[in-house]
Amino acid sequence: MSVQAEQPVVVPARTDTSGRAASRRRRRLRAFLRNPTFIAGAGILAVFVLLALFAGLLFPGDPQDMVGQPLLWPGQDAEFPLGTDSLGRDVLAQLVYGTRASLLVGVASAAIGLAIGMAVGSLAGFFGGWVDTVLTRLIELFQTTPTFILVIVIVAIAEPSMPMIALAIGLASWPTVARLVRAQFRSLRESDFVMAARSLGYSRLRIIVQEILPNALPPVIVAASVMIANAILTEAGLSFLNMRDPNVVSWGGMIGDGRDQLRTAWFLTALPGATIALAVLSLNLVGDGLNEILNPRTEP
Amino acid sequence: MPLLSVDGLSVAFPGHAAVREASFSLAAGETLALVGESGCGKSVTAFSVMRLLPPNARVVSGRILLEGADLLALSESEMREVRGAQVSLIQQEPMTSLNPVLSIGLQIAEVIRRHEKLSRKAARARAVELLDLVSIPDAHRRIDDYPHNLSGGMRQRVMIAMAVACRPKLLIADEPTTALDVTTQAQVLDLLDDLRHRLGMAVLLITHDLGVVAQWADRIAVMYAGRIVEQAGIEPFFAAPLHPYSRGLLGARVDVDADEHYSTHRLTEIPGNVGSAAGQAGCSFAPRCPVAQPACRQAVPPLVGLGDERAVACPVTVSSHSSPLLGGEAR
Amino acid sequence: MRMGRRIAATLKRTAVHAGPTVLGIIVLDFLFLQLMPGNAADVMATEAGSATEETVAALRHQFGIDQPVLTQLLNFLGHLAHLDLGFSPRFNTSVADLIMARLPNTLLLMVTALALALVLGIVFGAVMAAWAGRWPDRVLSVIVLLFYSMPGFWVGLMAVVLFSVKLGWLPSDGNETIGADLTGFAMVSDRLAHLVLPALALASFFVAVYARLTRAAMLEVQRQDFMRTAKAKGLHPLLIQLRHALRNALVPVTTVAGMHLGNLLGGAVVVETLFGWPGMGRLTLEAVLGRDYAVLLGVLLLSSFVVIVANVLIDLLHAWLDPRIGSA
Repeated sequence: MSVQAEQPVVVPARTDTSGRAASRRRRRLRAFLRNPTFIAGAGILAVFVLLALFAGLLFPGDPQDMVGQPLLWPGQDAEFPLGTDSLGRDVLAQLVYGTRASLLVGVASAAIGLAIGMAVGSLAGFFGGWVDTVLTRLIELFQTTPTFILVIVIVAIAEPSMPMIALAIGLASWPTVARLVRAQFRSLRESDFVMAARSLGYSRLRIIVQEILPNALPPVIVAASVMIANAILTEAGLSFLNMRDPNVVSWGGMIGDGRDQLRTAWFLTALPGATIALAVLSLNLVGDGLNEILNPRTEP
Repeated sequence: MPLLSVDGLSVAFPGHAAVREASFSLAAGETLALVGESGCGKSVTAFSVMRLLPPNARVVSGRILLEGADLLALSESEMREVRGAQVSLIQQEPMTSLNPVLSIGLQIAEVIRRHEKLSRKAARARAVELLDLVSIPDAHRRIDDYPHNLSGGMRQRVMIAMAVACRPKLLIADEPTTALDVTTQAQVLDLLDDLRHRLGMAVLLITHDLGVVAQWADRIAVMYAGRIVEQAGIEPFFAAPLHPYSRGLLGARVDVDADEHYSTHRLTEIPGNVGSAAGQAGCSFAPRCPVAQPACRQAVPPLVGLGDERAVACPVTVSSHSSPLLGGEAR
Repeated sequence: MRMGRRIAATLKRTAVHAGPTVLGIIVLDFLFLQLMPGNAADVMATEAGSATEETVAALRHQFGIDQPVLTQLLNFLGHLAHLDLGFSPRFNTSVADLIMARLPNTLLLMVTALALALVLGIVFGAVMAAWAGRWPDRVLSVIVLLFYSMPGFWVGLMAVVLFSVKLGWLPSDGNETIGADLTGFAMVSDRLAHLVLPALALASFFVAVYARLTRAAMLEVQRQDFMRTAKAKGLHPLLIQLRHALRNALVPVTTVAGMHLGNLLGGAVVVETLFGWPGMGRLTLEAVLGRDYAVLLGVLLLSSFVVIVANVLIDLLHAWLDPRIGSA
């Protein structure tokens, strides 16, 4: 009963005085601004985000409507700078609207994958023992099943709608995060600040969420950008196979549509593919930059 | 002519001088101990002799003569003929200095086959002999072992076997026993000393452990903040260390036999640390020196020979060298 | 002797690991497919245009899909024990025959792509590490990052435009020239020509993965003490890099290669569809579209088994590369 009063006050190591925390934040910010890889990636990504937000303003009307003569090459008509497809739809407008689908699916599925992966990984890493054994088996199970085939099956079960596609990719992509978080928890659970928190009698949930998780985050943040990038690639593959929401313009779907004109109008496949590559590239640059900033020992 | 003579060697990392004007020499068959705190430049000096400095380090000036030939003037491929054949190296950490994915037999044989025209089979037979030489039991069976199968002491023996495989004239041992426990330490050093006599090698022994120096070295060179501050034969040095830093070192020394962990708190009794010497004029040791005078902070004291292979870089000591009482006043 | 013991230990460990995974995959896949809204009977009845209650019920009974879920699972497990994967209503043949007819093509594509990815990735990665920070590294890094970001199937399409449409060097459809009836060397070279573009498309992403990984691992190894030991022996730099550095760097690379096998097989679905390659991947898509879950279940199972078997091979490679693995 009087135990609490007798316990020494141990301040967990990561708790900084506010002044030092502020200066560390400033150093972090400077590190971000000084990293050219991160800046380049974030810059390109920002353009895509803006395009997704203001697609309706830039191109009022449905991008799937026929607006001009079919199969105009880029530069042929000033009204359609990137040409038109076989149904006379504006390629540029479709590309801009496609940003929405790709970014939405990418971010949503990465969020789902991160949530599941962090939950499974932190439980397995924190508790160890049989919990770890069972969860590790589950992780292995999902890693053994070919991800893309799993996504196809899940999408085939439900309707190929945007939320379903995001859910399917998220469900298939969590094992990587789970492994990462598990490894972090295993190394952090014996550290001084966790011991201190334990000795203060904090609940396990509080230790997991407030003490270990914030310290386990840096590699997870790097993984998140790569996850979004991979989700965009997976979504492109799915919609290329025509497993897509027919009411939504997507880059992968544009490649699938343009494939029939590969011999005559290859720009219809080249342009959306290059756009995907640019979007994924920006995310990979952000990931590489974050890795250099958060994990400085990896590069000489 | 000495076997090795290092002459005015200066080595710099970006923004920081690691070795400054270091000069010393080593006769054939002799063991010279290079002593100092970690970060004083002793390992950098050793790696300079092998020309295996980290990529961002640079030799600023000086000469390194091995039997009269300047190693710093050799081409990279000429230098490769020297490494492993005339000069070889034993590193501090036996757990990481052997390649974990190659068998020890292969790692020993490859240095033999590099420098001598031997068949694979003959090199293997030589490797077995060498393992025998360094007292590894069951050598012909152990030869196919991987480093992880061996204990730290055994691995260091393998390193020694590898280093002496081509009968080098000079063996550089960089803190060869720091990572080992005390009993193993003595065994490994005994082995090194025995091989030195049998193979007629000179040994450049880098250490921070004066107990090791007293027992196994012929001469000592004390380094402080990149400079050699004192050189002496072992007996005169331990009888009467001259430089205030050397006296501090000896004062800080706990009896070897009394405490096996003494090396962990070796130099803590000298107030201050090497870092306090950074970027100041005059003698680097002046801020920590009990006998420092205003002149010490003006100019870097040169290493002054006192005869009998003895030299010290301390004007206070040199001027009062006739008075043997100084050793007692150091504390 | 020692090697044999280590291989045995590795195999034992893998087998202990793989058993529950196999069972888990069977149950998991089965549960997934139970969630399917339409089944083969419905689809076929609809397509036949005779969707009366009776015909559908008859078809359902014929395929055994009117029975309780657990009974179906037990039936399936029983059949599996006899290597019987069931009967495909849609293709009207046994699923095992159907898959076995496709499996060799997929394996050929997968192994070629994996080998290509590993060889190119390791070479690029090693070159990048050797010239780290200088122009060969910078140029290759940009190229590798681009391939890391491009969808593999799009790389394939662009390669088709260049090598098939514009230059006319390589075929872009199927795995052999249909009706050519080639034999001997002509047949082999025809098959190889058909293999080039699909394998490149499938490998492109993984080349980038392994190159990035090899570069990082090689740079990490350079800092190790044993590298200085090797230099102190007077060995040639090339030998040091190949024997001492690369061998160590390959350990993490093979680990990741094992983790990517599933993705490689998944990527094969798109690439096979794109190039009309008659493999298991394309069969997956056909099975999904036809809602033929006997085939889909078989494909999922078998592709997971392929991954497990390939992982065993990777584990063995790993044990060979790293003597610390599998030794007690």
